[in-house]
Amino acid sequence: MSQFNRIGGGLIDRSTEITFTFNGKAMCGHPGDTLASALLANGQRLVGRSFKYHRPRGIFTAGSEEPNALVELRKGAAQEPNTRATVAELFDGLSARSQNHRGSLEFDLMAVTDLLSPFLSAGFYYKTFMWPRAFWEKLYEPAIRASAGLGRLSMEEDPDTYDKGYLHCDLLVIGAGPSGLMAALAAARAGARVIVADEDFVMGGRLNAETLEVDGASGADWAAGVVAELAAMSNVRLMPRSTVYGAYDHGIYGVLERCTDHLATSGGKPRQVLWRVYSRHAVLAAGATERPIAFGNNDRPGVMLAGAVRAYANRWGVASGRRVAVFTNSDDGWRTAADLVAKGVEVPAVIDTRDAPAVCDVPGARHLRGASVMDTKGRKGLRQIRLTDGQMIDVDCLAVSGGWNPNVHLTCHQRGRPEWRDDLAAFVPGRDLPPGMVVAGAANGAMTLAAALREGVAVVERLGYADKSDLPRAEDEPRDCAPVWHVPQSRARAWLDLQNDVTVKDVKQAHQEGFRAVEHLKRYTTLGMATDQGKTANIPALAIMAECTDRTIPETGTTIFRPPYTPVPIGALAGRARGRDFRPHRLTPSHRWAEANGASFVEVGNWLRAQWFAREGEQGWRDSVDREVLMTRGSLGICDVTTLGKIDIQGRDAGEFLNRVYCNGFATLAVGKVRYGLMLREDGIAYDDGTTARMGEHHYVMTTTTANAVTVFRRLEFARQCLWPDLDVHLISTTDGWAQFAVAGPNARNLLRKVVDEAHDLSNEAFPFMACGEVTVCGGMPARLFRISFSGELAYEVAVPARYGNAMMGVLMEVGAEFDAVPYGTEALGVMRIEKGHAAGNELNGQTTAHNLGMGRMVSQKKDCIGNVLSQRPEMLREDAVKLVGFRPVDRATGLIAGSLFIGQGDAATMENDQGWMSSVAYSPSLGHSIGLGFLKRGDARMGEILRAVSPVHGREMEVEVVSAHFIDPDGERLRG
Amino acid sequence: MIINHPLLGPRDAAEFVYLGDAALIDRPDWQAEDAAEAFHTYGYLRDNPAGAHQELWYHEQGDRSWLVVTRDTVSHEITAVELARDVARARGRGR
Repeated sequence: MSQFNRIGGGLIDRSTEITFTFNGKAMCGHPGDTLASALLANGQRLVGRSFKYHRPRGIFTAGSEEPNALVELRKGAAQEPNTRATVAELFDGLSARSQNHRGSLEFDLMAVTDLLSPFLSAGFYYKTFMWPRAFWEKLYEPAIRASAGLGRLSMEEDPDTYDKGYLHCDLLVIGAGPSGLMAALAAARAGARVIVADEDFVMGGRLNAETLEVDGASGADWAAGVVAELAAMSNVRLMPRSTVYGAYDHGIYGVLERCTDHLATSGGKPRQVLWRVYSRHAVLAAGATERPIAFGNNDRPGVMLAGAVRAYANRWGVASGRRVAVFTNSDDGWRTAADLVAKGVEVPAVIDTRDAPAVCDVPGARHLRGASVMDTKGRKGLRQIRLTDGQMIDVDCLAVSGGWNPNVHLTCHQRGRPEWRDDLAAFVPGRDLPPGMVVAGAANGAMTLAAALREGVAVVERLGYADKSDLPRAEDEPRDCAPVWHVPQSRARAWLDLQNDVTVKDVKQAHQEGFRAVEHLKRYTTLGMATDQGKTANIPALAIMAECTDRTIPETGTTIFRPPYTPVPIGALAGRARGRDFRPHRLTPSHRWAEANGASFVEVGNWLRAQWFAREGEQGWRDSVDREVLMTRGSLGICDVTTLGKIDIQGRDAGEFLNRVYCNGFATLAVGKVRYGLMLREDGIAYDDGTTARMGEHHYVMTTTTANAVTVFRRLEFARQCLWPDLDVHLISTTDGWAQFAVAGPNARNLLRKVVDEAHDLSNEAFPFMACGEVTVCGGMPARLFRISFSGELAYEVAVPARYGNAMMGVLMEVGAEFDAVPYGTEALGVMRIEKGHAAGNELNGQTTAHNLGMGRMVSQKKDCIGNVLSQRPEMLREDAVKLVGFRPVDRATGLIAGSLFIGQGDAATMENDQGWMSSVAYSPSLGHSIGLGFLKRGDARMGEILRAVSPVHGREMEVEVVSAHFIDPDGERLRG
Repeated sequence: MIINHPLLGPRDAAEFVYLGDAALIDRPDWQAEDAAEAFHTYGYLRDNPAGAHQELWYHEQGDRSWLVVTRDTVSHEITAVELARDVARARGRGR
């Protein structure tokens, strides 16, 4: 197809021709084109089908407010649906496709829905698809989803990268039209750090779309000159292709920069960058958006906004039609007529709703005073318009101008309410602006070029930046507007929201059915709820609602705009945080050793921990775990326990501090000793547990659970700074500073004797259970040794500086070879702690108390500690409270199920008969059967009782026997040996 | 939001962790007659004002200071930022 609608002029590079495809058809354009301008140049009027009725639709606007021309861009994984053709920059090889039709765009099989439209008005879905209820999910919803909709996702992973960034400035200028450029220039000349962001790829705003002159030069040339001056200044950052999508607290703005969307490939660069801009002040110079007038069949391809038709002619050198009529209620429409005629486009008529003289001379055009368009003809594109007086005019394009709405969106992002101005028949920014923001130009209701330039300088002077800049000469062009929102004589459907297919009749019907508040109207009709957020639809709909209720528009209200101004891709919001990089992974110090030795890993919080170490010939994870347990209990096992939180606590009051944050006493802990500690929440619920070692007179080392390492530290700092600010105590997290290994099993001491330097006496007498101390290992390397045991075996934990962790693991395993040492992972660790009856995360689940855990007597009543007052509430100390006990299956061959509920024999499995729950289960290789820990009412007094463990989730139940939680070595002989 | 840290200057709120009402500083006396009642109030009852609100923020991605921030819950305007330790001392907390 040739570019037979291409006319002269414009900001395009005619020396270069680029090719693209639309629905597979090859077309041509030039650098500087948008997809929309190129489609129009090639005579492609029909570009898509509407959301609900599958009506043929064409390009309606020339900017980001476009409701109709949504297309799929690119192919394969990079395919992007719902892209506005009006802002998609053309590049060589671009592939675009229309959306939402079955069959071809020209013969959409779903267009039949349009014939059913009398039945499909507002609220149809709510009223019709209610009954029978069960049909909704299986029948109605899938059918509606298949017939209504937008573009398709590729269903492949997004191949592009996205980034995030931070910028700081004195002044953020939003929009690079006449007022924005003047504001930027004045502030930059005064030395301010300025950022200018504009959603377009050429700065200048409407100056590029008009034939108005500034300082005797064309508007576009003047803008290019200012942009060049700004670009040369080191205190200015120009950001074209960048949409300021949200105004957030304290001068922070969200900006989406489209870095490579205009290129065939991103070349490895981020496709888009989401900027967070910190500004002292911001000038909102976002311009204005033209609004349509609603009349019968006003949605046909070829019906366009007059300002857009003018922009296509002036900026892109494209005639939107061969015969273009203008329908206007304002002076502005006349400029479209004049510019088109000047470019040689035939304008048969200017239809002005006002009974007023011509605004300017438009050769060849009939001036129809006080007339309106009431209907159109042309199935896949406009052919004829019918006026209210009955006459028909043959046209292939109708330029409609209903006046302009200031783009107040960002002024509303912090609850600001726009105010109505009768003289403009439009909302302008209210007084309650986001702090630091000022508004200039058309966005502020300064609708003429001269006024926009003037305001641009004036606002930055008010902010205290500018020295007096010379104002360029420009005219105050005529902008009179007499509001007309719809043509009441229209009998055919008159569209308001083109994207969501909402008509004037729908709004009237909503009113009849009682949906009179604007927010109700919006939700009932879906007006303004499409991806364009009703930029061209909201105000006319509001006006019609006002008419219905006999109120003024400001009395009827306005909808509040929320971020984002235009859609922001999820990929840009995610940035680099996706897939493997969704959050950081923390690796244990011995990670490389574990990888090299067959470990399978599991995520524990942010950590990757070895779960088990499979050996050749093992059939499944159970084989490995059983072996690790048996070999540890039989001789020696080694486990990286670095992930436990470690907090270094120092100061003269460190002991007193511990006494207050643990529920049990720490005042009597001797130097060189370790004690188990239980922390409560202030409400008396058990929170975290661990051990604390007293390394010196005023020096303690606390361990926390892996899961709570961060929050325990946070709470300790809270206690230190907010509760007892004068205690002499200091905290630092050393979790990452020390690599720590559990060395467990009958041969633990024998191994350590070969690793810890000889000067240190490790005999049971010199270094008994719960001892700790500073030692050296491997010939002089400083280390810490703790004789503590989670497994129930003779066990130690040895800590070395983290950078030696991987080597330490190697040494322990190498030296341990003579004892058949095995590395063990988190599964074996879990099995052994259940065998020993130690509580862990499943037991400290935020619902249990020390009383429930069988540690009620640990809660000292002789001292203040966090949680002790509320832990003594009668309800929490009930005599029939659940207690932590052990369970084994009566039929030893059965596997217990975690989460099972305990029900008495003969009782029904109901809530009333619930006696507790199984919290942890494991297969114990030491005992040869399944074992469990659980909470049972009065459990400690019911040893030997047989109960049912019922798991409704699994649909299973089994008989279990209540036993001691200490399945292994109940007297602790092993760990003390 | 931006929090003007008394020691470090303006910092993005993303560096902080929010806790809530600064009344949490006023932990009751565990030995008082009405300790149970007082701790219940301390633990569970909060004002929810539309307007100025003193609240605790923790500079976790920074210097680990707990701060008392006076913020308008309607406009998010921050009118004062103090070290919680200073506030605690001023309210009579010590050892």
